[in-house]
Amino acid sequence: MGLENFIAEALPDVITTRLDSLVNWARKSSLWPATFGLACCAIEMMATTDSRHDLARFGSEVFRASPRQADVMIVSGRVSRKMAPVLRRIYDQMPEPKWVISMGACATSGGVFDNYAIVQGVDKIVPVDVYIPRCPPRPEMLIHAILMLQEKVMRESMRDRKDVPASEAYEAVPPGTLPATGVSATNAAAAQETPSRPYTIASRHERRRSS
Amino acid sequence: MADIEREKEIAKGKRAPASYPVPPAGLINALRQEHEGWVSEVTEAFGEVTLVVPREAIAGLCAHLKTAPGFEFDMLSDLTGADRGPEEEPRFEVNYHLFSTKRYHRLRLKVLLNQEDTRVASVTGVWRTANWHERETFDMFGVVFDGHPDLRRILLPDDWQGHALRKDFPLRGYEPYSLT
Repeated sequence: MGLENFIAEALPDVITTRLDSLVNWARKSSLWPATFGLACCAIEMMATTDSRHDLARFGSEVFRASPRQADVMIVSGRVSRKMAPVLRRIYDQMPEPKWVISMGACATSGGVFDNYAIVQGVDKIVPVDVYIPRCPPRPEMLIHAILMLQEKVMRESMRDRKDVPASEAYEAVPPGTLPATGVSATNAAAAQETPSRPYTIASRHERRRSS
Repeated sequence: MADIEREKEIAKGKRAPASYPVPPAGLINALRQEHEGWVSEVTEAFGEVTLVVPREAIAGLCAHLKTAPGFEFDMLSDLTGADRGPEEEPRFEVNYHLFSTKRYHRLRLKVLLNQEDTRVASVTGVWRTANWHERETFDMFGVVFDGHPDLRRILLPDDWQGHALRKDFPLRGYEPYSLT
């Protein structure tokens, strides 16, 4: 109402801009997250969306339940090895452009869980754009991460984020394949041949037994 | 305050008297004399009673304990395993924590297993909750429960190799990073 009157007088009828600027501005202003709250960090993510630290005012108006409709995946919580292919599958189902925020210490690097069950950092599974430390991070930190991601989106170019053509995408990588080893549920037989040995550096939480 | 109601009902005979926190010693002695091979050892410490049970007797003993007057252990609080270490003999133990909601007493049963023969009868027929607890014990220790309707891994991925809570399983797991 009042703003439109002001704009109509202040700006010319036709404005020119770079296409990248316009598209990036549109993308960064409406980053819709996919709900991927796994553990305790999910509670802080919920707290970020409540009225005290309102995340919706930065464009994340709604958390889409379906990854097909989401822009950013906020991995909040520890990712177990059982969950890792599921995480990869959800990431694969997101259409380009997509970004990943790794929220909290567990998603960033395994956190306090230095053991067999937890993936030591979700960047072994999906490419991460912004990492957030702390256990759990404050809601303000998540907002700061969203703003950092918005700055990153503004710096990108449209040519970097093209969806692969459908035929090529279908054959390239089976959905749910983990990038570190190429292991997926379908070619698990190939995984059996890789030799496995205990980590050469044992965790310092493990007492050495004389056996 | 609910105890007053309980006391009244016990006095009237409508409710079994509570024996808290453990079953009376006389009852356990009677059980030992009546069934010879069911209990091999009784330990009492910190107000808790533990019965060490031979492997073959566990199913019969559990079925008896669930309904026998005086015991009435209608709830299996916990079923878990333990690995005493590769040097110990017997290596594994399976612990059953029983609780009676009628009489308010608790009991622990312990089955000791060697490393070569980690099979024990399943008590799923006695208490249904043992289903998932036995799956977890199998997943973490490799103890096989005979008669279990659906014995498969519950916590680790289905194609995982090894049993995670054994003492010789490395804490960080195996490299390279893989699903198994």
